[in-house]
Amino acid sequence: MHRHIKVLSSFAGIAALIVSAVVGTSSASAAAAGALAPYDAKHAGGTVTLVAQAAAGTLDPKVNYTAQFWQLYQATYDGLLTFSYGSGATTFVVVPDLAEALPVSSNGGKTLTFKLRSGIKFSNGKPVTVADVKASFERIFKVSSPTAGSFYNGIVGAAACLKTPATCKLDKGIVVNAAKNTIVMNLVAADETILSKLAVPHAVINPASSPSKDAGTTIIPTTGAYMFKSYNPNKSLVMVRNPYYKEWSHAAQPQGYPDQILFKFGITPTAQVTAVENNQANWAYDPIPADRLNEIGTKYASQVHVNPLTAMWYLPMNVNIAPFNNVKARQAVNYAIDRAAMVKIFGGTQLAGPVCSFLPPNFPGHVDYCGYTKGATPAKPAKAWTAPDLELAKQLVKDSGTAGQEVGIVVSDDDVNKQMGVYLQSVLTSIGYKATVKPISGNIQFTYIQNTSNKVQISVSQWYQDYPAASDFLDVLLGCASFTPNSDSSINMSGYCNKALDAKMAKAKTLGLTDPVAANKLWGQIDQEVMADAPVAVVFTPKQLDFISSGTKNYIFSLQYKMFVSQLQVK
Amino acid sequence: MGLKDSSEAIFSESPGKIALRILAKDKRSIISLSILGVIIFLSFMAPVFSHYVANTNPFESSLNATIIIHGAEKPVLEASTTGLGLGVTPIGPTWNIRSYFLGADGQGRDVMARLLYGGRSTLIIGTTAGLLCIFFSLLIGIIAGYRRGWIDAVLSRILDIIWAFPVYLLAISLSVVLLTSGLSIGFIHLGPGSFALPIVIIGVVYIPYVARPIRAQVLALREREFVRAAVGTGAKHSTIIFREILPNVMPSVIVFIPIIVSLSMLTESALSFLSIGVQPPAASWGTIINDGLALLYTRPIVGLAPGLMIVFTAAALNLYGDAVRDALDPKTRARGD
Repeated sequence: MHRHIKVLSSFAGIAALIVSAVVGTSSASAAAAGALAPYDAKHAGGTVTLVAQAAAGTLDPKVNYTAQFWQLYQATYDGLLTFSYGSGATTFVVVPDLAEALPVSSNGGKTLTFKLRSGIKFSNGKPVTVADVKASFERIFKVSSPTAGSFYNGIVGAAACLKTPATCKLDKGIVVNAAKNTIVMNLVAADETILSKLAVPHAVINPASSPSKDAGTTIIPTTGAYMFKSYNPNKSLVMVRNPYYKEWSHAAQPQGYPDQILFKFGITPTAQVTAVENNQANWAYDPIPADRLNEIGTKYASQVHVNPLTAMWYLPMNVNIAPFNNVKARQAVNYAIDRAAMVKIFGGTQLAGPVCSFLPPNFPGHVDYCGYTKGATPAKPAKAWTAPDLELAKQLVKDSGTAGQEVGIVVSDDDVNKQMGVYLQSVLTSIGYKATVKPISGNIQFTYIQNTSNKVQISVSQWYQDYPAASDFLDVLLGCASFTPNSDSSINMSGYCNKALDAKMAKAKTLGLTDPVAANKLWGQIDQEVMADAPVAVVFTPKQLDFISSGTKNYIFSLQYKMFVSQLQVK
Repeated sequence: MGLKDSSEAIFSESPGKIALRILAKDKRSIISLSILGVIIFLSFMAPVFSHYVANTNPFESSLNATIIIHGAEKPVLEASTTGLGLGVTPIGPTWNIRSYFLGADGQGRDVMARLLYGGRSTLIIGTTAGLLCIFFSLLIGIIAGYRRGWIDAVLSRILDIIWAFPVYLLAISLSVVLLTSGLSIGFIHLGPGSFALPIVIIGVVYIPYVARPIRAQVLALREREFVRAAVGTGAKHSTIIFREILPNVMPSVIVFIPIIVSLSMLTESALSFLSIGVQPPAASWGTIINDGLALLYTRPIVGLAPGLMIVFTAAALNLYGDAVRDALDPKTRARGD
């Protein structure tokens, strides 16, 4: 039992660290300060209208991997655990959802025991059972969820499920007891981030009868305050109240305010802004067009909310092909790019901040440092980025012997990404390369740049956290296991594999189970060592800008899932 | 010109000379050629303007550049200082020919310099693609119409297949496929950023629109008495084609030239606007409109200026095409128009 408590306290420790990292206070006081206000029934009712240029693809919560729909899943689906409702750092805290409490840990952190809440029903009226829980975890593999191999591969039996998804059985990994309403999850090894992984939408509980393939536009019954009524990716998505929902945890799944949430698609970003200005929509999903920023920041300032994100814009460089198979060439790019200029392209200093470190500010393990600013080196870093060093960059290119080589920059063809690419082309040309920009459709760019067979040398990409842990950046993006040659699903776009650092990352993960403070210190060191190798150039940390209509109240921002849609009030 | 005069002219001058004489007096021709002349001259003076007048590199990002306006130094990209301070706006037109005459784009580059360079690209690609199209259309049309039989059948079916695709759909498909890796045919390789790529793509997609009418005309000419007479006298095929067929097809071809060049130019602009034509940092009017799209609310001139240039150029080409058609049309000449 003591060990159980010890492991759980280390989970709590992680939460405490995150909370204090963000707000600089202890977790308890921060969590209390950020708790969600009690439900105010007099504001219930009405329709919240959201607008976006396009839908986000499949509605299946186990397959969809977009911020757009993850934002909606929080009000519709539930896992055993979830990230808390509230504000500020509280939203990084994992709380029990369909489980009665956080799991009891045993066997050195390799066994987690949950007790399922009783009396919860799906939106089709059927009760949620432990059989649904087991089926849901098996379904992660059956539908080849994008995180099946990275988040849930530690469940006993997952290896076989990854090989033959169609016949996936987790009889030893997920052991359920219907009489006691318990679920025992057996892991191959202790995982300090398992609670966070169980709190994301890919781990939500669906009926055991859910299709064993991507449900696409077929609606899967929900457990949360809302259910999906209809979904036409070319037109709209409609959410209405779940008739079988009764609030069981105000922190995990609070009652929502609007009677209906209507998400309209096919509306251009500039039309979205106009619709919100005219109170025809409550919120615009897409980034505000650059030429409307000043207008909304001036005329509609009270309706604009800017919040920090734990995310980064970065330039992955392929370390396996010329010229970036040369560390000096990669360092040259890091020195040459004017991060302040790229922040300008993004919309200015109010919307982004230049950084050099891999872990974003206010994130576990983050250290304020920059080895690639004027007057600094990776060995003697400055505290923060101040200016590019073009002369040093040119010298490094010359020393690397790669000057004059052709470099293709692959960017998404939307305006901001394309502008980033054009700027990068200009910089790379100025330090001695023959650079060209290759804008390709945003629908395929993310997978295209992952596949080594496309021989992408450098690209512009973004990473937004899945859950608040250093491993979600360093291990996921630069770990050897994340590099799969010739695959569209190789998130380590640089193809960087440093065995020594991989071993350090494994050590940090293990250390995180018992001493999260020491683990995060180690992650901070790993960050600096990785960036000395410069497989990527980190550019800036973006902020989230939400523009809501004047009639919309109770805007609450979650660091994990952004704005809480269900908490918006229109009455 | 009276009927008597024109009849005399017909018998005393070659059709080409008559057409030139008519064109020289045609107001549409004079106006359109004047507009085209100015646009072509300015566009081809782009390097001179950039280097000696504006003193700027229109292909290099200048996000941190500053300029002096009324004695005060101002950033080319101005961060908002009002309200929440959101957004960065490029400087607007200064109306000073030496410095950001039409303002800056999102990369802090001089829009005027890019407009002139863009005109050069659009005109080169449009004209070359148009001429390429005309050349191959003439070749295919004459071969198919003159040889007839299976050669005609094969060539006509190929044209039918190309024709079956909507022009823009075909051009976009070809561009998307070829832009990432370029085009390699034997020892010829066109790189992804090469101007030759949009030239080939645009040239190819319009071939059926010119080749089919030419083929039909050649088929009709093939049955005319003077061609039969030439065949009867044992003239070589090449002689018949060059002496009897080609001179009779040329008026139609000449009329096609401004129209196809205009269409090619519009297609190039459309493809570049869609990011699948001229590749950055090179400029064409289409890419500048695309750049301007993101600045429509704050700096509409960035998108409007190239749009107007396209309108003027296309209108001038079409107007000139009408004038050429009328000048080469014997019926019009006979009417004395």
